[in-house]
Amino acid sequence: MAPIARLLLLVLLSTALTISSGSGDGYTINGRVKIPQGLGTKGFALPGKMSNIKVILNGGQIVTYLRPDGYFSFQNIPAGTHLVEVAAIGYFFSPVRVDVSARNPGKVQAALTENRKGLSELVLEPLRDEQYYEIREPFSIMNVVKSPMGLMMGFMLLVVFIMPKLVENMDPEEMKRAQEEMRNQGVPSLASLLPGGGRN
Amino acid sequence: MAIRSFFVPFLLFVLCFYSSLCPVLSLYEDQVGLMDWHQQYIGKVKQAVFSTQKTGRRRVIVSTEENVIASLDLRHGEIFWRHLLGSNDVIDGIDIGLGKYVITLSSGGSILRSWNLPDGQLVWESFLQGPKQSKSFLLVPTNLKTEKDNEIVVFSNGRLHAVSCIDGEVLWKKDFEAESFEVQQVIKPPGSDLIYVVGFAASSQFEMYQINARNGELLKHESATLSSGFLREVSLVSSETIVALDSTGSILLTISFQNGEISFQQTPISNLYEDSAGPAVIIPSSVPGIFAIKTNAITIFIRVIGEGKLEVVEKTNHETAVSDALPISEGEQAFALIQHAGGEMHLAVKLAHDWDSNLLKESIKMDQQRGLVHKVFINNYIRTDRSHGFRVLIVMEDHSLLLLQQGLIVWSREDGLASIIDVTTSELPLERDGVSVAKVEHNLFEWLEGHMLKLKGTLMLASPEDVAAIQSMRLKSSEKSKMTRDHNGFRKLLVVLTRAGKLFALHTGDGRIVWSHLLRSLHKSEACQSPIGLNLYQWQVPHHHAMDENPSVLVVSRCGPSSDAPGVLSFVDTYTGKELSSLSLAHAATQVIPLPYTDSTEQRLHLLIDSDKHAHLYPKTSEALNIFKREFSNIYWYSVEGHNGIIKGHALKCKCTGKVADEFCFDTRELWSVVFPSESEKIIATVTRKLNEVVHTQAKVIADQDVMYKYISKNVLFVATVAPKGSGEIGSVTPEESWLVAYLIDTVTGRILHRVTHHGAQGPVHAVFSENWVVYHYFNLRAHRYEMSVIEIYDQSRADNKDVWKLVLGKHNLTSPISLFSRPEVITKSQSYFFTHSVKAIAVTSTAKGITSKQLLIGTIGDQVLALDKRFLDPRRSVNPTQAEKEEGIIPLTDSLPIIPQSYVTHALRVEGLRGIVTVPAKLESTTLVFAHGVDLFFTQLAPSRTYDSLTEDFNYALLLITIVALVAAIFVTWRLSERKELQEKWR
Repeated sequence: MAPIARLLLLVLLSTALTISSGSGDGYTINGRVKIPQGLGTKGFALPGKMSNIKVILNGGQIVTYLRPDGYFSFQNIPAGTHLVEVAAIGYFFSPVRVDVSARNPGKVQAALTENRKGLSELVLEPLRDEQYYEIREPFSIMNVVKSPMGLMMGFMLLVVFIMPKLVENMDPEEMKRAQEEMRNQGVPSLASLLPGGGRN
Repeated sequence: MAIRSFFVPFLLFVLCFYSSLCPVLSLYEDQVGLMDWHQQYIGKVKQAVFSTQKTGRRRVIVSTEENVIASLDLRHGEIFWRHLLGSNDVIDGIDIGLGKYVITLSSGGSILRSWNLPDGQLVWESFLQGPKQSKSFLLVPTNLKTEKDNEIVVFSNGRLHAVSCIDGEVLWKKDFEAESFEVQQVIKPPGSDLIYVVGFAASSQFEMYQINARNGELLKHESATLSSGFLREVSLVSSETIVALDSTGSILLTISFQNGEISFQQTPISNLYEDSAGPAVIIPSSVPGIFAIKTNAITIFIRVIGEGKLEVVEKTNHETAVSDALPISEGEQAFALIQHAGGEMHLAVKLAHDWDSNLLKESIKMDQQRGLVHKVFINNYIRTDRSHGFRVLIVMEDHSLLLLQQGLIVWSREDGLASIIDVTTSELPLERDGVSVAKVEHNLFEWLEGHMLKLKGTLMLASPEDVAAIQSMRLKSSEKSKMTRDHNGFRKLLVVLTRAGKLFALHTGDGRIVWSHLLRSLHKSEACQSPIGLNLYQWQVPHHHAMDENPSVLVVSRCGPSSDAPGVLSFVDTYTGKELSSLSLAHAATQVIPLPYTDSTEQRLHLLIDSDKHAHLYPKTSEALNIFKREFSNIYWYSVEGHNGIIKGHALKCKCTGKVADEFCFDTRELWSVVFPSESEKIIATVTRKLNEVVHTQAKVIADQDVMYKYISKNVLFVATVAPKGSGEIGSVTPEESWLVAYLIDTVTGRILHRVTHHGAQGPVHAVFSENWVVYHYFNLRAHRYEMSVIEIYDQSRADNKDVWKLVLGKHNLTSPISLFSRPEVITKSQSYFFTHSVKAIAVTSTAKGITSKQLLIGTIGDQVLALDKRFLDPRRSVNPTQAEKEEGIIPLTDSLPIIPQSYVTHALRVEGLRGIVTVPAKLESTTLVFAHGVDLFFTQLAPSRTYDSLTEDFNYALLLITIVALVAAIFVTWRLSERKELQEKWR
């Protein structure tokens, strides 16, 4: 986390110039990756180390790493429209479209391809952090009770323990009648299924 | 009464409840490592630098041929940190500067980077340019004491730079623009302020520049001409003397440039060594006073004494490797020499000026499967009695890395696994009586105890120690690493072929190496100078008839880089790792076609096509020939000629005529060819269905009770072509001048079944073909985003077989023979979506019966593998699906494909340098095995539709058992109670 903290101190120094004409045949793309505080800290998955964040041009043409302050640069880039991707474990970065113009070098043209948001300077921030694992819900009685199974169980307990009470409160005459009826209908009970259960 | 009758549903209910406690949506963090394993490698080491400061951990910094820079623990060989550079950013040199920075020079000497030694953080990066291509050299001062002496000297691209070690600033630079000047060495004698740049110009001129190291000022430029010319390699024998060979390779030239004066000394090799015949080569080394040449497989060590006089100190016909010199004390330098003799390896550490005595002499027994030593790096340490101890890092032929100390192998790394060429799988042996099996059966008490712990875990009652115990218990589970076949088919052997020509068998349970075998046929030999392993095929998979046979794999390789070099076949037993036999072929093997026929011992018939378009049948048995002749007219194949844009279809014609004629050779005929116009289309990808893919049903029932029939043919080829202009990198072409055309071609008739053009699209194209659909990934230049498209192909000729009565009465055409010569009535449906990331590889899950729904496995640019349901790539998706379509599982259309972090099968891991993804069906229908390889290896099991046919790993049997026991007890208790109550009521 230390490099990230160091990076955060440097937020004020955001002077990320983007494209400059280099010597030789190409241009230079300069930019920086900034990981704001808050993201990645709440997750239990440790975000990938700052030193392992890769910045990739055009799907693998050039791969570079970040300097401690988050800056990166690509050299000898021909004019044209390029794609910059950031590969960082734990964060989702949108690829960025960067226009390197031959006519007016130094002009910044960058936009996130995911949401077409333009960037005035090439500062790349993650759109969101990525949680790779399901979070285990801590065991709580309420969860069990609220689940369909829990509700079923609750209902059953209700029937098992409250119903007999209701039955007890019934008129003994009426109950007898009901029991007679049941016996006549021959409702199979568990007792009769069990061995020896038929004897009663 | 009432109470009793409730118990049956209650019991059922409790059962359901506990079995559903753990839904398998994706992975929980504590499940990491249960079904997956991840191994990190670095590749074959090119250069190693030791960092053994008094303080801090001892480590060795290495650069490898896989383009990795890594810091390894010198004690155990583990990776502290590791960086994989881009594929065209090849590392030229590494060193340690100021004791705390790792300096790397890469990209042909144009990028200089400095990394923090402890944690691998990039410190600075400098781009060095120059007037022309040249060799590059990196010189870092070894003197650590003086803080002011922190200049790195880099020669690259014809320019000499002095760079500050602190911030990467270029202090001065000096160009060497002379047209033909080719630099051979850049030398900075220790303790002096001079830099020598020496090299050859115009093949016969030796040039020497003396430069002031403080400011880059040219002090002296001398040149001398030698009529006989030079060979390119030179060996540095002192800071002011180099040794070279003349252009015939028979005369040694000692060139000294002391004080800026060049002097030559010529010594014919025959003077030193009478039997020399044929040209010699210099083995590059930098041991002061000694150099080595090699002629006719004999290595000769020669000492330089005084004024260019040479003396042979040793000649040997054993394979040898020499390290660079290591300064051990004032004026003394040591080096290591390794010689192979039989099965042993002799290590000697000598002082540079004293050949005859050894500081150290050890013999080490070395595994034959590691081959020869390729590189040696030496490092010393001070023992407690103040004498010097040495440790030696060696790189073997199979790319493994070993540390030797005191005659023992301290650690070894199988870094050959970082460069896998091909993968296949093999079953494990059946469990039989007598076959010893790792201990599995522990007693009931232990079993229950384990499950009690698990129960505590599920109820979140476990203490941290318990949690640790549970975790270790799950990971250790010997069940998954047994050496026998299992009922579910999860345990298999992954047989991998590496670039070093070594076969490894990895156990799918825990990734350990079961056996490894350095193929003899891939050894360098007289007949075969540079053998290259190509492919692996399953040669023999016994299951019905030949149960007693061991399965074997076929390794196809060839001698030399060109595709018409003769082929070599090797057959390897997958149970034992023994090479059963090997065949050096007289013909090339440009194409290998496994045929769907096997002989009585279940050997698969293979057809090898050579460069003259002859087909050769293997195995060469009369039985195979008989089987083959029966199917003679049914064999078709295609070939893709990418360079001239032609796809051709072939069939067999007759027996071979001419010189190569034997019974198993056949002439072929060309059936059809598709020629793509070279000015507008260039083939960049071809994909076909996997040969062993199983499709469960041809019919697909869609929402309105309608049926669609998939067009399932193994002979459909997907071809993607792009405009020649658009075959470069992104950014090199405008949308108007780039397009991508996707074709579906029938490979028997050559008929184009479908063709679609994507305007403004560009490669690279990654595609996967399965059942009746193909998914491909490409770049959309207009939107400047990656896109994925799906094409599904349906058979219309069967579309009217919908009436049940027709089927019952047999008035359908389902059993009518399919002929590829009739024009197929097919319709295609396609759709495109945006996809965020660049892609390195795409695969699809495959299951035993093909019933389980499919997932695409996408290897992203971040080296992760994302599982994406095929349902997201369904051409029938629409913005507002009808109720019926929703019920069928059609997802409303969105413009981009979702990336759900939980569906990364590699979870929080990276498969660094990802190159390929292989899926293998398990026996259990719901499950598929996934193996991703690159520099790292990753293996996991996937259940695309969840494990509907088995209980999960987490299922708690103890809980179930206890619940049942408790319930049975409760039943009996309540039964007693109720009986008593009834009795009381009767008495009343």
